[in-house]
Amino acid sequence: MTSTGTGGTAIEVRALRKAYGANEAVRGIDLSVANGEIFAMLGPNGAGKTTTVEILEGHRNRDSGEVSVLGHDPWSSEPAFKERIGIVLQETGVEPYLSVEETVALFSGYYPHPRPLDEVLEVVGLTEQRATRVRKLSGGQQRRLDVAVGLCGDPELLFLDEPTTGFDPSARRDAWEMIENLSALGKTVLLTTHYMDEAEQLADRVAILARGQIVAEGRPRELISGDEVTTISFRLPSDGDPLLAGIPDAQSEDGRATVTTTTPTEVLHTLTTRARERGIELDELMVSRPSLEDIYLELTGTASSKVPAAESVR
Amino acid sequence: MNGLRLALRQVRYENRAFWRNPAAAFFTFVFPLIFLVIFNLLFGNDELTVAGGTTNISTFYVAGIAALSVVYTGYTGLAMLVSLAREQGLLKRVRGTPLPPWAFIAGKLMHATLTMVLLVAVVVTIGAIFYGVDVPTKTMPAFIITLVIGAAAFSSLGLAITAGIPNADAAPAIVQASSLPLLFISDVFIPPGQAPEWLIAIANFFPIKHLSEALQTPFNPFEPGYGFEPLHLAVMAAWGGAGVVISLRFFSWEPKR
Repeated sequence: MTSTGTGGTAIEVRALRKAYGANEAVRGIDLSVANGEIFAMLGPNGAGKTTTVEILEGHRNRDSGEVSVLGHDPWSSEPAFKERIGIVLQETGVEPYLSVEETVALFSGYYPHPRPLDEVLEVVGLTEQRATRVRKLSGGQQRRLDVAVGLCGDPELLFLDEPTTGFDPSARRDAWEMIENLSALGKTVLLTTHYMDEAEQLADRVAILARGQIVAEGRPRELISGDEVTTISFRLPSDGDPLLAGIPDAQSEDGRATVTTTTPTEVLHTLTTRARERGIELDELMVSRPSLEDIYLELTGTASSKVPAAESVR
Repeated sequence: MNGLRLALRQVRYENRAFWRNPAAAFFTFVFPLIFLVIFNLLFGNDELTVAGGTTNISTFYVAGIAALSVVYTGYTGLAMLVSLAREQGLLKRVRGTPLPPWAFIAGKLMHATLTMVLLVAVVVTIGAIFYGVDVPTKTMPAFIITLVIGAAAFSSLGLAITAGIPNADAAPAIVQASSLPLLFISDVFIPPGQAPEWLIAIANFFPIKHLSEALQTPFNPFEPGYGFEPLHLAVMAAWGGAGVVISLRFFSWEPKR
């Protein structure tokens, strides 16, 4: 994906800090998001993503730091600012007894230049449910309605706070398609997520947050290529240990050999030559580069704990 | 003025949603009417001594249930609705849009008032048709103005109490506990003159008794004037003002957990 911005920055943050009592949720964040960019903030629960986003949305005040969103200070809560942003919160909040169409029409009426109703429903894929009462919608459809409500004022900047949390794999795929549609409309999107694949798929740039700070920032591919290590692994033959003789950083565990190396060509040549000489196959041979997930786990220090990876949809 | 237009637009949507939730709409109307019918069944043949003579006790109950309707839609209803909207994230969502927050609240408040007006009209009509209550004409302006001041005051208190309600689960208990005991000592369900002095003193401090008495006077067939009770109205207005101050200072847009 390439950014189609018209130049200039949508969001500018310097030295942002916010504490709740003794708990320092955000500890000095710098951030810059260009117009037309899809920017993802990635991090485990409690990393400070939501606090940061809520400060940018104007829902929360900061303790210190400079924040400029579309040239406004969000905390001043000017209608002129609210007219230009769209917010999709983590939790749904719409009147359950109105229909999809009525809900979008109600919110559209708050904005000076709303996007046509039919278009909004089309973008989020709720055209067929337009007459359905909100309470009868499925969870995924309600989330789409959230996005429709965030989008109906035709905002320049859209905040999406964990848009696909709780979705099944196919609903996530659909949601991704929808978010890609948004970028085609030229919107700037600030997305938070704790799914690496989501950030990798959607974002032009990613910031990884841990313990209230940004620990890495860049294009997903750059973040990955910053790491020079390649992993080679295969199933060891029953008498396989001699294959690994003399190769540095080689490990064998549970009948599987793993070599991490910065010279994969060399190591592969050695291994395959040895295997050919002995007339054996390197079963289940894999050569892999670190995924964004590996980088993420390393940086956020959550490698030992279980994080939701949602690999199933890849 | 644009804000007012938006507030009126909110009322339209509030109204549509209200009537589509049959349970809520049904109980809002049925609950006060059940009281009206039960109390008339229990005590309907009693006579009531009022200033100037004696009258049918049904007269007392029409005004009493009108007072209940004001408290029930303004205070109880609004406090519950706002707590629920806050819990559902609706308040937070609205605050992220250009809609002025007061216009959202005003929409709810105006809708609660319209509901109350309709409810009181039904109560008075039933009283006139089934219980032979004389509907006054000379004192009707006083009755209506009292209703409006009461609606404003109790809605304002309904908003104020939400500041003390941590989340929607706690709302019914807090709202009922703060209104139901007062309803029993404030000449709404039980005619005056049967309570000990200290209980009357407590009731006189709070606004419900002032509301019910100010609504009784216009229905008193012996009322010589226009039926206004300036002192009672002033006490209600003072409570309403306190509610506004508390709301402005402590109103919370997100639930506490």
